[in-house]
Amino acid sequence: MFDKILIANRGEIACRVIRTARAMGIRTVAVYSDADANAWHVAMADEAFHIGPAAATQSYLDVERIMAAVKASGAEAVHPGYGFLSENPAFVDACDAAGVAFIGPSGHAIRAMGLKDAAKRLMEDAGVPVVPGYHGDEQDAGFLADRAGEIGYPVLIKARAGGGGKGMRRVNTAKEFAAALDGARREAASSFGDDRVLVEKYVSTPRHIEVQVFGDTHGNAVYLFERDCSLQRRHQKVIEEAPAPGMSPEMRRAMGEAAVRAARAVDYSGAGTVEFIADASEGLHPERFYFMEMNTRLQVEHPVTEAITGLDLVEWQLRVAAGESLPLTQDRLAIDGHAFEARLYAEDADRGFLPATGTLLHLDLPTANARVDSGVRAGDTITTFYDPMIAKVIVHGADREAALARLSAALAECHVAGCVTNAGFLARLSRHAGFRAGRVDTGLIERDLKSLVQADDAPFEAVVIAALCAGGFAAPAAGDDPFDTLKGWRHFASARQYVHLTRDGQALELELASRGDGTVTVSRGEHTVSARLSRVGAHRLRTTIDDHVIEAGAYIDLTSVTLFMLGETWRFELPDHLAESDEQGAGEDVVRAPMPGQVISVLAAAGDAVSSGDALVVMEAMKMEQTLAAPRDGVIEEIAARVGDQVAEGAVLVTLARAEAEN
Amino acid sequence: MSVIPTQVNVRSDAFKANARAMDEALARVRAAAEAAAAGGGEAARERHVARGKILPRERVARLLDAGSPFLEIGLFAAHDMYDGDAPCAGIVTGIGRVSGRECMIVCNDATVKGGTYYPMTVKKHLRAQEIAEANRLPCIYLVDSGGANLPNQDEVFPDREHFGRIFYNQANMSARGIAQVAVVMGSCTAGGAYVPAMSDESIIVREQGTIFLGGPPLVKAATGEVVSAEDLGGADVHTRLSGVADHFARNDAHALALARRVISNLNAAKPESVVRAAVEAPHYDPAELAGVIPADVRTPYDVREVIARLVDGSRLDEFKTRYGATLVCGFAHVHGIPVGIVANNGVLFSESALKGAHFVELCCQRNVPLVFLQNITGFMVGRKYEAGGIAKDGAKLVTAVATANVPKITMIIGGSFGAGNYGMCGRAYGPRFLWTWPNSRISVMGGEQAASVLATVRRDGIERKGGSWSEDEERAFKQPIIDQFEHQGHPLYASARLWDDGIVDPAKSRDVLGLSLSASLNAPIEPTRFGVFRM
Repeated sequence: MFDKILIANRGEIACRVIRTARAMGIRTVAVYSDADANAWHVAMADEAFHIGPAAATQSYLDVERIMAAVKASGAEAVHPGYGFLSENPAFVDACDAAGVAFIGPSGHAIRAMGLKDAAKRLMEDAGVPVVPGYHGDEQDAGFLADRAGEIGYPVLIKARAGGGGKGMRRVNTAKEFAAALDGARREAASSFGDDRVLVEKYVSTPRHIEVQVFGDTHGNAVYLFERDCSLQRRHQKVIEEAPAPGMSPEMRRAMGEAAVRAARAVDYSGAGTVEFIADASEGLHPERFYFMEMNTRLQVEHPVTEAITGLDLVEWQLRVAAGESLPLTQDRLAIDGHAFEARLYAEDADRGFLPATGTLLHLDLPTANARVDSGVRAGDTITTFYDPMIAKVIVHGADREAALARLSAALAECHVAGCVTNAGFLARLSRHAGFRAGRVDTGLIERDLKSLVQADDAPFEAVVIAALCAGGFAAPAAGDDPFDTLKGWRHFASARQYVHLTRDGQALELELASRGDGTVTVSRGEHTVSARLSRVGAHRLRTTIDDHVIEAGAYIDLTSVTLFMLGETWRFELPDHLAESDEQGAGEDVVRAPMPGQVISVLAAAGDAVSSGDALVVMEAMKMEQTLAAPRDGVIEEIAARVGDQVAEGAVLVTLARAEAEN
Repeated sequence: MSVIPTQVNVRSDAFKANARAMDEALARVRAAAEAAAAGGGEAARERHVARGKILPRERVARLLDAGSPFLEIGLFAAHDMYDGDAPCAGIVTGIGRVSGRECMIVCNDATVKGGTYYPMTVKKHLRAQEIAEANRLPCIYLVDSGGANLPNQDEVFPDREHFGRIFYNQANMSARGIAQVAVVMGSCTAGGAYVPAMSDESIIVREQGTIFLGGPPLVKAATGEVVSAEDLGGADVHTRLSGVADHFARNDAHALALARRVISNLNAAKPESVVRAAVEAPHYDPAELAGVIPADVRTPYDVREVIARLVDGSRLDEFKTRYGATLVCGFAHVHGIPVGIVANNGVLFSESALKGAHFVELCCQRNVPLVFLQNITGFMVGRKYEAGGIAKDGAKLVTAVATANVPKITMIIGGSFGAGNYGMCGRAYGPRFLWTWPNSRISVMGGEQAASVLATVRRDGIERKGGSWSEDEERAFKQPIIDQFEHQGHPLYASARLWDDGIVDPAKSRDVLGLSLSASLNAPIEPTRFGVFRM
């Protein structure tokens, strides 16, 4: 076994590999870019090497720099993780040339699987099912109709030069074929200047099912069962599970053996994943799955396989790379229960899943009944340089229902502040009725996107808790002084506080009345409740609202209150009266000459809408040019300044229309 | 340290009867508190809000840190005075946390006669400043006042402790480094203009705040110039042209946020002159005090029962337990703050006075704040005691109390009569705070005694002339005197005239003491130099 390995990666996978290596007594070397100097994987490793600037192309993707770190560290092997250089055969070659082991397959296997069309032919030759179709040059209509009959309806006619759906026709029966072919050809010709088409089996209700395989250098290969990754959004996996819902033992064996054949075809060693597309229109069928591609690396979602097999795939990778045989044979492998993985990302599901950035001011991830693989800690920053993944949440249960219940519970425990995340989206997805029933396919998320991304309005309970937080009731007493401890104390009357919150631009005004005994009457308009809030942890609150006890996570700072409750994250902003407007210009309706001088330029005209800070007039005074800016947003009512005017100090040069008039 | 033992049975009839009596007394006080807090009435409040202004108590609440306590001072000022025209004397004063600092807040209530200054308004404003000065509390003036109340100008303007003293105090506090901050949220006319002008930093609200020596009507009368209030002395004029104010605020909320920012920049920390202990709740519930205090002031009880419901862990380290037993002295903690407690437990004898003087000396030596629990009918009288020099022993106690420089907090928990008031740090002895209980009575002597003294003098006069005076005549003579003393000795009468800083619910006394002590610790404890003790 190796004594020291280098992990040519970052984030959660680097941390994940280090954990197993450490458990096996192997020393670890991390690499890092400028952006990652304080990253967790660096802190976790025994040693670390700086490999360049933040941009991945000049650091994590730079073979030369990484090889220099490998040599300098004296590592005997390199784990590439996933992404970055993990499927780069040139990197494997570089490792080979340097005499260090690449923890992964051979460069040959990576190359063979990297060329998608060639790989498909290779697989067809190896007896691995591929999507049936005719891709040849013969374009005779009768010939193509015969091929379609052989493939079996429904089929898809596609322009060979195609894309974007142009020149594509779905054909359900032989009778429709001729007309559909004509249509497809016409469209193909007009769109691409090429009327050649191909005919393929139409896969309806497609499911993405992949098989985890493992090979060693002694010619052994096994499959570690399947994972269903059908919950995708724009080809990004969102939630993965194993085993696949509705999978029969026959089909599992058929897929597993096909995957092993695929691996053997390229003398595969190490961890690999063979991705299939399955036609689930009539449930899963052992004859209706087709090879898509093989990923020649450890997959992001490998923990679900670990959960159902009880194995450590990184440990297997290390053993195989060190020349050992596979630890287990196929007959010793079995599935235990059901597992899910959800990918917690810094992304804004409400705004088209835009990647988000920010500092993780608060990061509280589940600790019980879930495995969490993460590469970040509270205080770390999610940048635009790398994948915005925060963590993978993996749960395991005796069966699918039990595991799914744990998934929902674990997702509700993902409390992140400082950065928008998809936690709410994942939590809603975990409660989706179709998903719960196991009716998954790659179109599910797009079909129900609206209900999945749209959080409900914050319930009044959440508003009440946020108001109590804003009113200081969640803050621990700063000290023992009675001015700290006697919250809301008054001689006789209730202490009233007036809390303003904003949520999604909506202003919420609440009045809090407390008698100093901890019970607070919270009112908003006609709505009044009696509430009592206590802290049950650094970021945990228990609030009794009338007769309802609610547990919530909370992150509170000077500008916002973020609540994590009922599986959702609600963020409330606190008004900052000082930030709302710049005092210098606040309320000013006029721009005056700050000193006597000459107007040399006028940059706006009456009627223009201007924003605070827009340059309006340029003056020259005391041999200095001075730009006079709009004191606030508004519409210009009058410009008194003319180029060339000599103006006195205090002269009104521009007048803005009064704010009231604009409303 | 052992927990004070109790003899009180909370299920006894006496306890329940006492509690009922206290609740009745408290109900009257509570009603007065509500009336004071309501300000100038619903119509005036509506007019105020319609102008886009925030009500005074809401201004204070928004100025304070979230969750800050507010130790209100003089809540009952002007109660039942001026035909009830000036609830709370038209000004809200008290101590609360602003940007982490304990500050004195002085907030005019423009719903009460336009926030004009009645005599009690002036007295209350000055008392707030006095507390601020003694305890080094930054002052925040939320100004919204028409100035002196003209019908009462003779009692507001000319004398030493009248309107002018406000600005004198501002100048002198500023000189001592006690921050003076004004937020002009309404009128600030004539003399009132000096509140912001004399402040270290001032804020003014657009289209609400105005500062001028003479308002538009006066300007027109004097010079014929016609000018709007805003153009004469509004926020724009004063922050851009005159420099009378420093910060321009868009509205009340913005102004209060600016005030908080000003305080956050004071760069001063509370000195720690005492060694605090971990806070511990009393072993006995302070709410039991209502039943502990006898309904009839003449019924004696052990003041340790009161102390047990005020101090941390109900623990008192008594001093000279066996000597001068009518004055209980000892060390304890209130909300973790060390205190020396001086509490009456009967009439004062020479020994009690000597013990008290000794104990006050100890506390001054050790920088331990003093808490006086006052329930005193006076010093013992009679030939034996006069001959024993009770006057000079009493004088020792008065000297010690008068010159003690440690913070002194007085709570009148029963009677406050005669020279006992002096020895137990009455108003004249400059306690940092003086609070009273709903059952308390204050006067030069008890009403019965006063009536008897006057009746004796009268009878002597009548009988010297050979006349006679029947028992009925004497009763008829005495009753109005008794009634007058009862009326004038009532805590609401006293508090209305600011002889104290407010009436408190006994159950909340521990918190009032804690807040008062904490506020007083904002000033460093200076060494004491006692006067000549007559030996």
